[in-house]
Amino acid sequence: MSKRHRAVMPGRKLDFRARNHPAWWAFLVHRVSGLALAFFLPAHFWALGTALHGAAPFDSFLAVTRAPGFVFAEWGLVTLLAAHLIGGVRVLLIEFRPWSGLRKDLIAATAGGAFVIGMAFALSLTL
Amino acid sequence: MNVTLNAWWLQRMSAMVLTLCVAVHLATMIWVVHGGLRAADVIARLHGNLAWGAFYAVFVIAASVHVPVGLRRIADEWLNWRDAWAGRASVIIGTALALAGLRAVYALVAGTPA
Repeated sequence: MSKRHRAVMPGRKLDFRARNHPAWWAFLVHRVSGLALAFFLPAHFWALGTALHGAAPFDSFLAVTRAPGFVFAEWGLVTLLAAHLIGGVRVLLIEFRPWSGLRKDLIAATAGGAFVIGMAFALSLTL
Repeated sequence: MNVTLNAWWLQRMSAMVLTLCVAVHLATMIWVVHGGLRAADVIARLHGNLAWGAFYAVFVIAASVHVPVGLRRIADEWLNWRDAWAGRASVIIGTALALAGLRAVYALVAGTPA
């Protein structure tokens, strides 16, 4: 068996049936949001680092971020951050508290909480 | 201690710290974007403020521990990249994130005043 398929039993493959359930979607959202945030962080730190030379260079960067595409991406990242936070709390509760199961109530809380926090951010924006 | 278990533990411990940091960060973001985000306002809020400085320093360190562990799992499971260089790359990424993040905190707390 090749190294690529080390986790798969011989003759068996995971198809969509193994994946199309709430806990798998919760896993995927957690992973994709984490990946997006990991790629965003260096840019975030670089942008904030422009403040080293005062407000002017920092402000010229902030001016660029007022473009509609940037604002939309910002809202997306805030929503993903909220989803990663609440989904992460679900993982910690399952692992460290005497709770078993997939905790679908916490998956629902992740979706609802991320939506609410994303909307609160969007409504707070002054365009 | 087993290296995998060690990374798992580091990621969970950093996650617990990040839970509080991210909650504060989300609330702060919703608060500060109201009325428009201006550099002078951000610097005025943070310049010389050691409490915010300490908060963001802890936030940066926790994120720098948390991110590389997650990326390494993704490299393992989705890219089949699991040799010694995968571990080294994750340490390099974590160190670079910590340095860039602490530089940003320094810029806002101790950089040129607004």
